[in-house]
Parts: sequence; C-alpha cells; structure tokens
Amino acid sequence: MNLDLTEEQALIQASARAYAQERIAPRAAQIDADGVIPDEVLSGLAELGLFGVNLPEELGGAEAGVVAYSLAMEEVAKACASTAVTMAVTSMVGEVIAAFARPEVARVYCPKLCSGALRAGSFALSEPEAGSDPGAMRTTAREVDGGWVLDGSKQWITSGDFAGVFVVWARTGGPGTRGISAFLVDADNPGLKVGRHEEKMGLRGSSTTALHLEECRVEADALLGELHGGFKIAMMALDGGRIGIASQALGIGEAALAEAVAYAKERETFGTPIANHQAIQWMIADSRTELDAAALLTRRAATLKQAGGRFSSQAAMAKAYASEAACRVCDRALQIHGGYGYTKEYAVERHYRDVRVTRIYEGTSEIQRIVISRELLR
Amino acid sequence: MVRAMRFELTEEQTLVQEMARTFAEREVAPRARALDKEGSWPSDLVAKMGELGLLGVAVPSELGGAGADNVSYALAMEEIARACASTSVIMSVNNSLVCDPLLKYGNDDQKARFLAPLAAGEKLGCFGLTEPASGSDASSMDTVAEEDGDHWVINGSKNWITNGPHADVMIVFAAHDRGAGSKGTTAFLVEKGTPGFNPQPRDHKLGIHAAHSCTVFFEGCRVPKANQLGDKGMGFKIAMSTLDGGRVGIAAQALGIARAALEEAVAYAKERKAFGEPIANKQAIQFMLADMAMELDAARLLTLRAATLKDKGVRHSKESAMAKLMASEVATKVAHKNIQIHGGYGYSTEYDAERHYRDARITEIYEGTSEIQRIVIAANVLKG
Repeated sequence: MNLDLTEEQALIQASARAYAQERIAPRAAQIDADGVIPDEVLSGLAELGLFGVNLPEELGGAEAGVVAYSLAMEEVAKACASTAVTMAVTSMVGEVIAAFARPEVARVYCPKLCSGALRAGSFALSEPEAGSDPGAMRTTAREVDGGWVLDGSKQWITSGDFAGVFVVWARTGGPGTRGISAFLVDADNPGLKVGRHEEKMGLRGSSTTALHLEECRVEADALLGELHGGFKIAMMALDGGRIGIASQALGIGEAALAEAVAYAKERETFGTPIANHQAIQWMIADSRTELDAAALLTRRAATLKQAGGRFSSQAAMAKAYASEAACRVCDRALQIHGGYGYTKEYAVERHYRDVRVTRIYEGTSEIQRIVISRELLR
Repeated sequence: MVRAMRFELTEEQTLVQEMARTFAEREVAPRARALDKEGSWPSDLVAKMGELGLLGVAVPSELGGAGADNVSYALAMEEIARACASTSVIMSVNNSLVCDPLLKYGNDDQKARFLAPLAAGEKLGCFGLTEPASGSDASSMDTVAEEDGDHWVINGSKNWITNGPHADVMIVFAAHDRGAGSKGTTAFLVEKGTPGFNPQPRDHKLGIHAAHSCTVFFEGCRVPKANQLGDKGMGFKIAMSTLDGGRVGIAAQALGIARAALEEAVAYAKERKAFGEPIANKQAIQFMLADMAMELDAARLLTLRAATLKDKGVRHSKESAMAKLMASEVATKVAHKNIQIHGGYGYSTEYDAERHYRDARITEIYEGTSEIQRIVIAANVLKG
C-alpha cells in the first residue's frame, strides 16, 4: 500500500487548489445566487487542463490518470460544487467519446472539450420516467439513409443549455437494456431543443434542463460503440463518473468541515470556545474519520480504474460512502454554526444544499447498494 | 502511464496473510466455538502462533521475530480474529503491547532477556496500565513505585490484564511521583514468580471468553532497576505510543470479526428461503449486506493506512485512532446485522453470529474507548 502522490498528481492537485481557492471560491456564493457559472471560470479550468485530466495527450488531455482527476475534482468542489459538476460531466463525456467514438470523430471533439471550445459536455441518459432504470427509456433512434433520427425527451441534463456536445442514449432495438445505443449530438443540431430549466435546491450554478429531440438527425458516425451497445457504455461511464461524484462529495465535505473547525475555535459559549466542548469535538472527530475513509475508498476505486481492472463495486462503495458521509459532515457543520449556519452569511448553508444531490445523481445510493450486493452475492 | 497510488499488497504481505489464513482456518476456526463455550485458554494455539512467528510479526528476525512489517501484522491479525477473536487478542497483546514497546524503548539487555523470547513465542507478555479506578484517564494511577537501592518496589493493582493469568512478563506502569501527573510515571518489566506479583482469578466477560484477563495485585513487589523500561518519567509517553500501535492491532481484530460475520451473513442469505425465494433476493437483506461490505472496506483502508504510516516511522496517533474507532464500531454494526439476517438462529449458540456479536463489543472499549479515540482525533484536527 502506498498512499503517496506522484509529483504529477501533487502538481495537478496544487494547481487545481490554487485556481479554485483564488478564482472560484470568492465567487461561489454569487454563482449560487445567480444560477450561472461565469465563462471565465470554465475557460480557466480548461486552460489548466482540468477538462481532460484523464484523456490522452493526443486528444488534448493531460493524460495524468484517474487519481489526479479525483484530486482535482475534490479541489474544485471545495470551492464550488456547481463548477465541479460541470467539470465532472464534461470529463465523463470526453472519456466516453475517447473510448467509443470513431477515432476521427474523437480527434475532433475531445480536443475541443479539453480546450473549452465546446464550453462543456453533456450526458443525456435519464428521462422523465427512466432514471435508475435506463432500460425503461422511450427516446428512439431510427436508422435512415446515412444516419439516424432521434425522437424523445431527456431529463436532468446537466449543462443542457450551454454544452457544446451531447451524448444521447436512444432505443434502437427491442425493449430493455439491450436495445439502446449512444449517439453524439451537436448543440446546434436543429432537432435538439432545450426544455424546461429545473429549479433546484442546490448546485444552482449548474444548469439542469430537459432536452427535447424532435426529428433530430445525426450522421452515421455519431453512433458511439456498437449498435445496441449503449447500455454497456452508460454503465462504464457511470462507473467512472461515480469516482468523480465521490470526489465532488469529498470536496464539499472538506469545505464544510474546514469551516466548522474554524468556527468552533472562534465562537464562544459558556465562557469558552465551543471547540472545547466534547459535543462539538465528537462531531469534528466523526466528520474527519468519515471523510478520510471516503477519500481512501475513492482513491482505491481511482487506482483500480487507472490500472484497467474491474472497479464497479469499489466505485459504488466510494460513491455511496462519500456522498452519505459528506451529507452527514455538512449537517454537523451546519449544526456547529447554529443559527448562522442556517443563513446565507455562511457558506455552510450552500454546502448543505449542494451536497444532497451527490446521493442521487450518477446512480442513487440505492443503486450503489444494488451494485455492491450483486458483487457480494455473485 | 503515470505511477499510481498503490492499494495492492506486497508479495511478502500476501505471504504472511496467506500463512495466517491457512493456520486460522485449519487450526483455530474449528476450535473457536468450544473455546468460547468453555472459556478455556488455548495454550496449544498460542504455542503454534509462536512457532509461526505470529507473536512477534513486526519484530526483526535477529531479535526473534518474523521480521515482517506492520501491514503484515494487521493482515495476520485480521485472519486470526476472523477465526477466533479470543486467540487474536492474545496475539495482539503480545505483539503490540509488549514486543513493540520493548523494541522501541528496551535496551540491549532487555531485548535479549525479554524481547527475543517473547517474539519467538517462548514467553508470553501482558500489559498493565489500567487500574480499578483509572481506565481512560491513565495518568491518574494509584499504583506506585518507590526506589530502594538497586530495586523498585511496586505497590498497587492493575485490572483487565489480558493474558494476565498466563503471562511470563508484564510491562507495568506505576507512579514514582504521584504529584507529577503523566510525567511521574515509569514503566517496568516484571516477571512471573516475582514475590509480590499476584495475578488474581480470571475475569468473567460478555465475550472473548478464551482470552483470559485478570486483576494483578502488586504487594511490595521488588523489581531490579535493570528492568526499568525507558527513562524514569517516560512511562506515560511509552504507554501512549504503545497504544497508538495497539490500536492498529485492535482495529485489525475488529475487521476480522466483522469479516467473519459478513461472510456468514452472505452464505446464510443465499441459503435461507422466505416467501418462496432466498432472502438474498430481498432488497432489505441486500442493502444490509452492501452496507456491511462498504463499511468494512472503509475500516480496512483506514487500518492499513495507519499500519503503513507506522511502517514509515511517521506519527500516526490520529490515523490509528480513526482506524480503531471506525473498525470497532463497524464490527459491532456488522455483527448486529449478521444476527438480524440470521433471525432467531442468530440468537442461538448453534450459529457463530452471537459469538461475533459478543466478541465485537469489546473492541469499542479496550485499548482506548471510542470516546478516547474521538478525543485524540478532535485534538489533532483542532490543533491543525
């Protein structure tokens, strides 16, 4: 067991931390209030290579691996969870394109995702009535001369209103998970319409929209991977995506704990800083322990993905544990802040709202437990 | 390709783990239920552990030990505990609480006289810190040591001394200056048979029945100065640093108990039917199993991290406390869920589930309660 970072990993972590703390954190409250991430924040991430940490250099990426990606994601999430999820989804889309698009297609899209030219990537799997169960999807793709025509609706699409490229899943065959394929759709496709903007509890800087595909025509080379092979692509992408969300949850949790510790040292009750009360010390000790455990589970999943082995169960553990631990940490941090924690004067209020979704998206905690127990009962 | 962080074991660590597993499965596990029921001391298993190097895993081979690292020690502990928690704590006390401080603080003479036979399993050790009226608050002890020529004279009592009824050597902590608090404590090596060293009948406990513990009375017990461990006044420091290592051992013990419980739960869930199908098909059961496995992995990673830091010679108080805290609490939860999955059978002594439940409970108490671990962790975080 060796938990030391390589020089490259430490460098990426440090540069992500510096950028996130100096350039993103001071704007996070505004991003939350406005519901928009400023363009320069995203282009700054792209300039640092944070949209393609795990993509090959020949596709414009940093080729620094999954651990480095996880570290960078955590740093960005410490500053702003909305910005972090934009980075997470863009990275996931880049990896799907790199792994499954035809090489000439990947050479077009990946460098543009990494450079920020496409602003963001978007992942369109969920539908109004198909979330945890993608086999129930209704969006269709019918083959036409030289391409495909997609029809249907997608739901909960992160960056749906400003992403430059979408991976869209649609039914090409029979019912269930074996009749689904994945396609690349450009944002300017006339058949792709941005639907309703969701008003969310948290991650308010990250836009979430519905998408409507109406006679949306794509070329034959937009098909990713094999025909009817879309479910496998989605599951592989989500296995990796879970490492990203686990890292995001870690970052939110770390930010909340750091604020709680600082506040506990400064705020006094009964003539002494509340940090001297065991009730507060307990919350801090539990939070620190659980975040450390979550980080170890997350890095373990990252090293397994990096080594090219199977990591579904480990990623599910990382995601379920990190998201739930981070929720507990944010809850305790708010409690330590007392009434102030309930106001927008302190960031912990935002963390508390932001962190909640990490137990839901990229596979709910319930789905993670199904993945883990399936492996266990195999 | 970048050089990755590594979670895999080294070849040597895997070998130690496999050796311990083979021994545990073949020789320890078949005895565990009877040892528990009879509360009998497994002297032959202790002797075999000595032969296999399991009583001095991280002691260099030239000093009588197995010459492996602390990660290997934690892995071996988990394997033995998976078979029998009682046997594993006998092992952990000798390794962590006796050999380890001797290795770190003993002089050459003490290493030759005590460490070598302890690490080789020729002698067995125990650790005397806790007293009837001082457990977590170890610096407020009533046992005293007075100088008398080239001897120390010890008076007082120590309790919950695991291995106490059978040990050949005890590391005992006593106050040479009661007014000086933690700086007034010194550590001593006391041999069985020394006049005034009086182990009492064994304790009767909820679990770990075969790991005998007792109170030891010191009544004018004269110990040669050559048996003073470390400097005068260093006792509290030796105790705390020893417990940092010991917590890795207990964390590993908790992991072993929890793993046994999880494995039994999985097997039972596949076999037991309700409403026409194995209960493993029910989400209620699946989710319990998923939580057990997830939390067990989290606890194991914390434990191996602490062991890795100990191997690097880095301070690891906080990390050991986290490992011990989480592993022990997870063990209790996992053992609890295992009983729940077994239903009524889990409550009966026909299955091992109830033994694990009783055995797991102690891991939240000894070598620093969960409350002490939280104090250690919080103090480290708040100091930062």
